[in-house]
Amino acid sequence: MTASRLPAAIETLGEDVLLLRLGDAIDAATNARVHAIARQIHAFRPPWLRDIVPAYASLALFIDLDAFPATADPLEAATHWLQQQSFDGDATGVQARLVEIPVLYGGIDGPDLEAVAAHAGLSPRDVIRRHAMGEYTVAMLGFAPGFPYLIGLDPALAMPRLETPRTRVAAGSVGIGGAQTGIYPKPGPGGWRVIGRTDAVLFDPQRACPCLLMPGDRVRFLPVGALP
Amino acid sequence: MIRVLAPGALTTVQDGGRVGSRALGVGCAGALDPYAFAIANALVGNAADMPVLEITLAGPRLQFAHGARIALCGAQVAARIGATSIPGWRPVALPPGALLSIGACRDGARAYLAVAGGIRADAVLGSASTDLRGSFGGSAGRAIAAGDVLHAGDDTSIEDVHVARWWIDPSPEYERASVVIVRALAGRDATSPGDGLFQREWRVAAASDRQGLRLEGTPLRAADGRERISEPVAPGTVQLPPDGAPIVLLADAQTHGGYPRIGHAIRADWPRLAQLRPGDRLRFVPCSHEQAAQARREQMQRLARISLAIQARRSAP
Repeated sequence: MTASRLPAAIETLGEDVLLLRLGDAIDAATNARVHAIARQIHAFRPPWLRDIVPAYASLALFIDLDAFPATADPLEAATHWLQQQSFDGDATGVQARLVEIPVLYGGIDGPDLEAVAAHAGLSPRDVIRRHAMGEYTVAMLGFAPGFPYLIGLDPALAMPRLETPRTRVAAGSVGIGGAQTGIYPKPGPGGWRVIGRTDAVLFDPQRACPCLLMPGDRVRFLPVGALP
Repeated sequence: MIRVLAPGALTTVQDGGRVGSRALGVGCAGALDPYAFAIANALVGNAADMPVLEITLAGPRLQFAHGARIALCGAQVAARIGATSIPGWRPVALPPGALLSIGACRDGARAYLAVAGGIRADAVLGSASTDLRGSFGGSAGRAIAAGDVLHAGDDTSIEDVHVARWWIDPSPEYERASVVIVRALAGRDATSPGDGLFQREWRVAAASDRQGLRLEGTPLRAADGRERISEPVAPGTVQLPPDGAPIVLLADAQTHGGYPRIGHAIRADWPRLAQLRPGDRLRFVPCSHEQAAQARREQMQRLARISLAIQARRSAP
């Protein structure tokens, strides 16, 4: 295992956030490195760290400005700290958790299944098969509490978002937005192509772990005939 | 016990905000104007980050079943109990049964009603603040509604309305200028023209909310038109959507965004941003990280001095 300096460019985002940039495209390898770095920084737990927010190819470190002496420049001190740490070059190999999500595809639960099939030149059955065959990674949680942006979609299923978003998408709706797939945690407006629905509860702030899926998790969809 | 007779336009329970949950897609929430919020709490003897009611543009009508000590800070509001008008920035004691009517905000967009003991709300993910998009925290995860019952510290010793004869002068945090000045750090992404954000005057659009101030003016363009992937954003970030109208993210900012980031409003000026009303005009002036840190330090020192003065007043006979 090789150790190295932080393999990212360090930028600032306002007064109390460092943004570590590893790339500027959506790809699985870069995103895996984002999660590996997030895990390592989390394990170090520097006392000034308030939050680590991963994204596709970057991650943000929210810093407690009051954790530094008044004479210090917190962003500089945190940057210096980051540059002193060794990052395992091979930490991307850590086996992530696999979560299986039951999905009822099509019908009123997946009003866009036919459109996605037509766009892909496939039968709806093939769309379901291909969507459920994929293994996905939670690139990040955003847009709404617990909303997972999943990468790993079969490129044949990619389809642009709706021109006009729906004013209401049901909770648990599984959608395709461009080259990604995701799940709406709660009812609300949404522009992704909805192909199915799960009864899994993606976000419940009262649970010890509010989010069913965490950044870096692996995900599989299991087609089911009915939801209880 | 406080009964909500009428909720006002958008009245929410807010505290100092939620820390450490942005990785879950959960925003910070919390009082939009941290300065008025902290002074309101100090005036009733609360810790600086206790839950209060944040009132937006038009206030609620509240019936206090028991006596209570309150303070109203932030935007100037017409508040009264019966025929007694309740001025802001000072402690007020209410007797049992008092009906507090808070009218429209003048000269600002948000007022803070602190009650001694704090508005009781369960902490969710470490904060009592209402997360309007996630529908949790505060009072049932939403703005207060008629019929809601809120709980705070009761004070049975009060028999009559008492308005303190002293008050806190909140200037210079809120300048009464026709064009409000907001200091901003440079953003990551360049605009065309390069100094467009700072050269132009902007107007606050009606669609602004706790998530962001939407600005109107001559549209700006990003210097390059390339697509960007979503990255973390933070309260204060100035985003530039394709329509060219910047958005200044506020406390309810989403966790990620894919628009160009053309600036970042400094913390010391968040109170001003929070008090801007639809139609108000503002200008950004460039600011360095050192100036931002200095402005924040000075504001915290003013706040500390005010809190000490309040403590001295409150403990005086």
